[in-house]
Amino acid sequence: MTEMLQILDVDGTLVGESPVDDSVTRGLYEAMVTARIFDHKATALQRQGRLATYAPYEGQEAAQIGAVAMLEPGDWLVASYRDGAAMQSRGYPWTQLLLTRTGDERGGRPPAGVNVLPPSITVGAHMVHAVGLAWAESLKGTDAVAMTMFGDGATSEGDFHEAMNFAGVYQTPTIFVCQNNGWAISMPRARQTASETIAQKADGYGMPGELVDGNDVLAMYDAAARAVDRARRGEGPTLIEAVTHRIRGHTTADDDGRYRSPEETARWAERDPLERVRLYLDAAGVWSRKWQEEIESAATAAIEAAVEEAESLEPFTAEEIFDAMYAEVPPPLAIQRRRAAEAGLA
Amino acid sequence: MTELNMAQALNAALDRALADERVVLLGEDIGQTGGVFRVSDGLLEKHGPDRVIDTPVSEAGIVGAAYGMAVAGLRPIAEMQFMGFSYPAFDQIISHVSRIRNRSRHRFTAPLVIRVPYGAGIGAAEHHSESTEALYAHIPGLKVVVPSTPHDAYGLLLAAVDDPDPVIFLEPIRLYRSARGEVPEEPYTVPIGTAKVEKPGSDVTIIAYGSMMREARAAATELAQSDIDAELLDVRTIIPFDTETVLESVTRTGRAVVVHEAPRTAGFGAEIAAQIYEHAFYSLLAPVERVTGWDTVVPLRRAEQHYVPSVGRVVAAVHRVMET
Ligand SMILES: Cc1ncc(C[n+]2csc(CCOP(=O)(O)OP(=O)(O)O)c2C)c(N)n1
Ligand SMILES: [Mg+2]
Repeated sequence: MTEMLQILDVDGTLVGESPVDDSVTRGLYEAMVTARIFDHKATALQRQGRLATYAPYEGQEAAQIGAVAMLEPGDWLVASYRDGAAMQSRGYPWTQLLLTRTGDERGGRPPAGVNVLPPSITVGAHMVHAVGLAWAESLKGTDAVAMTMFGDGATSEGDFHEAMNFAGVYQTPTIFVCQNNGWAISMPRARQTASETIAQKADGYGMPGELVDGNDVLAMYDAAARAVDRARRGEGPTLIEAVTHRIRGHTTADDDGRYRSPEETARWAERDPLERVRLYLDAAGVWSRKWQEEIESAATAAIEAAVEEAESLEPFTAEEIFDAMYAEVPPPLAIQRRRAAEAGLA
Repeated sequence: MTELNMAQALNAALDRALADERVVLLGEDIGQTGGVFRVSDGLLEKHGPDRVIDTPVSEAGIVGAAYGMAVAGLRPIAEMQFMGFSYPAFDQIISHVSRIRNRSRHRFTAPLVIRVPYGAGIGAAEHHSESTEALYAHIPGLKVVVPSTPHDAYGLLLAAVDDPDPVIFLEPIRLYRSARGEVPEEPYTVPIGTAKVEKPGSDVTIIAYGSMMREARAAATELAQSDIDAELLDVRTIIPFDTETVLESVTRTGRAVVVHEAPRTAGFGAEIAAQIYEHAFYSLLAPVERVTGWDTVVPLRRAEQHYVPSVGRVVAAVHRVMET
């Protein structure tokens, strides 16, 4: 078995060299705590019927936040429906993430300057987009990079091959982050590929691949930082396999008891990505219960405000479903737009 | 007779189809968890993993492999998890599945069924509400079937499995649980290529299919209160289209309203209207009306009701054709 990069052990001891100092680690921890509060809040809102379906990322916070933490504002992120933690760290607001989940198109529009695409719902296609985004930056002469996040299941789509192949051939500054969370809905990782690891697939595309403990935020940071640096220096793409676990069901609509055992989830809960960082910070003397309470209440307040903002938006009108189909509504569509508005009134 | 919902009727049909050992099921999450809509619930346990195959997330792989199996003599039934996720398999369908008979002058054929849950109405995420049947209807060499009742779902699915040609089998998501009806205990088929007059009427023909039959039925009931006697025609098979049954009805009523939830422009309703104009022009008392989705992306949950044709829009269209 290929060696898996780990820097912080489950008990909070360093087993490698931390890529960052403790103030950064505290920041990563705070981001993960905040992300988990959001995840729980969104799940609760769904249970109350206030969101449509929601795809929880609990257990994957380190993989997401560690991977994107060193990206620069000009860099691109193109991720999937389960990557809210990563997206929010790059400036995609909680409000927009919630809006999409309430079933409101306005969730697809992050603020100007945020180079994060709306989450990809189709499995696979967006990996290729990260090739074009990165390639464009090279052609434009910037040193910006593009990172894409996808699951173990996504590696089964033809798009994975096409994205990896293009990135290899053109040496685009693309970082492929596969969150191998063990499952694609009801199918275990073993059903997606007969190869021992996903990381090793990089070989076939002429790029480095790295197997990383996805529940170790420092290892994720370290691997991603090296990949981002390489890409920025013009040395081409990297594939990172973050070995992690989906603690909850596939979505709030999924009954995971049909295909996996609670023991499996319990085993992984022991490898929780947050707790080991807390233990580490505590041992280093930079964690306190008071600080924990402060970051939790700040997170809760920010997320409550986002919920409030998302829910207080005026309803999406019939006309609005036409308004973003083209730069300008073409005349035949304008007729339909008027009819739709009238039908709404009728 | 047993009363079943559409998902149960489809499950019974799949179970029955598997009695033929050439039949295999392939799809994402269809085995262990019985499919995201539970249509294949229990079939893995009953028929085993060589017959009910849980595949990787790979639509081109599923359809391409099913094609190969079909050419080699099996009768695969492939499932696309949602219509919006069928497009990675589109090249397999348009370039190979639909063409091998012609390409090989009947030497090789691909008698497979591709089951595709389609349509809006459950407020799901993007891509989960598509109704792009016209894309498939436009591909020569495919048959495209869409039931609206548990009875027809069962009979059409078994007919699709028996059919010597590839069949795109559309399953209205909204009706999986809400459509309930009697299904005979004894196996039967419903012939592909036959529309059905579900309720005779004399004033106007409402032509619909799949999920929109629900709105069409409700509209007919509402219209009866204003003394408008609507004939209800369930298309059931989009390709090959049963022009004869439609023309027989429309020449009698003189008025037609075509309903589908797919976008309007180049939707299958345009083909139906064209057939009526070509063959029944002189019997028409009013122009054909189309009640359709708009030429937009299907909106998400909060605006879905602005998109999916409502009973009110069907009723209003009938009133318009009745005025002329
Ligand atoms: C093209 C496509 N096919 C099927 C689906 C349905 N689907 C949604 S998520 C999923 C599993 C994806 O698993 P993975 O890539 O491991 O990501 P995870 O959900 O574990 O984060 C499937 C099959 C889809 N969204 N898009
Ligand atoms: Mg996965």
